Amino acid sequence: MTDLAALKGQPVEGHHPWPRLLVNTDTWQDAINGLAEDRWTLSGLWGDDGAVHMALMAAADLRVLSLPCPDGDFPSIGRLHPPAIRLERTISDLYGLVPRGAADTRPWLDHGSWGLRHPLGTPQGGVAPQTYPFLSAEGEGIHQIPVGPVHAGIIEPGHFRFHANGETIVRLEARFGYTHKGVEGLMQGADLDRGSKLAGRVSGDSTVAYALAFARATEAALNVDAPDRAQWLRALMAEMERLANHLGDIGAICNDASFSLMLAHCAVLRERVLRAANICFGHRLMRDCVVPGGVVRDLDKASVSILQALVNEIRTRFPGLVALYDSTTSLQDRTVATGILKAGLAQKFGAGGYVGRASGRDFDARRALAYPPYDRLSFEVPVFQEGDVNGRVWVRIREVEQSLSLIDQILAGLPDGPIHAPVGAQAGEGMAVVEGFRGDVLAWLRLDEDGHIERCHLRDPSWFQWPLLEAAIEGNIVADFPLCNKSFNCSYSGCDL
Amino acid sequence: MRRLLLQALVNSPLTEPLSHDDVELAELASRLNQTTRDRLGRSLSIRELDAGSCNGCELEINALSNAFYDLERFGLRFVASPRHADVLLVTGPVTKNMHDPLRKTYEAMPHPKWVVAAGDCAIDGGCFTGSYAVAGATSQIIPVDLVVHGCPPCPSSILQGLVSLMKGPIHR
Repeated sequence: MTDLAALKGQPVEGHHPWPRLLVNTDTWQDAINGLAEDRWTLSGLWGDDGAVHMALMAAADLRVLSLPCPDGDFPSIGRLHPPAIRLERTISDLYGLVPRGAADTRPWLDHGSWGLRHPLGTPQGGVAPQTYPFLSAEGEGIHQIPVGPVHAGIIEPGHFRFHANGETIVRLEARFGYTHKGVEGLMQGADLDRGSKLAGRVSGDSTVAYALAFARATEAALNVDAPDRAQWLRALMAEMERLANHLGDIGAICNDASFSLMLAHCAVLRERVLRAANICFGHRLMRDCVVPGGVVRDLDKASVSILQALVNEIRTRFPGLVALYDSTTSLQDRTVATGILKAGLAQKFGAGGYVGRASGRDFDARRALAYPPYDRLSFEVPVFQEGDVNGRVWVRIREVEQSLSLIDQILAGLPDGPIHAPVGAQAGEGMAVVEGFRGDVLAWLRLDEDGHIERCHLRDPSWFQWPLLEAAIEGNIVADFPLCNKSFNCSYSGCDL
Repeated sequence: MRRLLLQALVNSPLTEPLSHDDVELAELASRLNQTTRDRLGRSLSIRELDAGSCNGCELEINALSNAFYDLERFGLRFVASPRHADVLLVTGPVTKNMHDPLRKTYEAMPHPKWVVAAGDCAIDGGCFTGSYAVAGATSQIIPVDLVVHGCPPCPSSILQGLVSLMKGPIHR
């Protein structure tokens, strides 16, 4: 039994629902050692005014450890636990706090174009943009291929630096930060309305998941519960979001293997989900529908039948597409045994979503944390062991089926009652982890006495997936990168914030 | 696969009949046919550029290619290189980190060229205005010919936007 209770510190009052502990460097080091030995999982690492916070998860238990940094530095976690490296580089860029002993001290989000440094700490004058030293690979015949930040398709901006030998990828390194909008800076001093809007715009495809994480963290801080009916409607929206994204992804992955028939059919189903969402909730992506205290719009009887018809339509069409995927050998040739992510790495990085579950990591926040109404719904968490593109497609296929079943259950069991509860305004700290389509989204915030946001951190699941893409792609051919990349479908904006 | 293809042959197309369902789109189709034919020989190549968006706009722009909207029937298509593009379709609040790539992409496009700012962020920075990391509206960096409102704009608004651009007085 992994035991987070072994980590001792001074509990901070008013932090809900899991404890936050003020710790000294000894406990901080114990936590790092535990991470390096895989006793618990790093769930988040973020900076604050003169302190750093680390969220740890073991089974269904969570802890936040807070280490004051009076000298402007803290013992590096990334030195022993690589998943922390980019998070530490982000803390350095935004707060100017230095991870002591870190191996990688390059900037991450800061490209030298903001006109200032450490925008959330003690701002200093900016530096001119400098050449970014990519990690190298040396040997006869090795050449570099730079890709991005502007890509060929309609996708987000980011830079990929390949070192290739002939067609084989020897090393891939990503450089991001291009979509950094300073969300966490904008959050400071914002009221809950604005905070909720910003949270819903961190990653467009996960707008429900983010709004939900933010709302639940706020409700934890203010010690209120959203009414029952609101909880169920939130889950309905979350499952619709998952459904739309998985359908889109399954089609897009096949399209990246030049099998556009699947994309055409899956895109039709995705569009049907978005149209149903528009009718039922007033927005195709259900943006700004989940707010602290509940939801903004109730579901009427007509909407229920629209959703039932949607579920039936997908149930009729989807199996044929799955059969097509599974029986097309030219497609299988591209997806099977391509871009294999080893189970050990998925475990070490705490990779959420289909990335983790295709590589044997049996975790789903809906089940592990059983937040309402999932404690009253029945569903399975599909897990595959192969870790290849095909595995990540199959997790999505099975999750589409599970989401359809969940929507059925929600429509059948939707309780009556109000859809919003007043949240009030008081000081407090709250945290929430919810399962988005891509994996677990973490939200943490501290409110002041007027209920305004002092600090809010939102951690995208992609933080712990992007580095794994670099590992999974090694030894594959350059032409398979789009396919592997799409099978991970990590968020750029979610990490850049 | 055979069954799916056969079904596609016998079933009616999903692409929405413009004349009944959506008057706007029907109008759009006829206008596009005339104006693009005049100016660009029935084709308009679009380069999409995410200048820091949350990815919401990209989702809806991608939807333009699905069977319901099927933008290629209007002679509109997305191209990979700005050097092949007539229109630059910009989304996002233009982050400082994307300022230079945006300008370089615009400069790489041959004349005549048009710029469409799609989504509230691209128009005026949206809810990200005032951030240390945001450079500002697209129009502060490159000339913008047309804006499409929404967060994100729905696919039919984007389609409609593209046609009103074709009708506009701008020649570059």
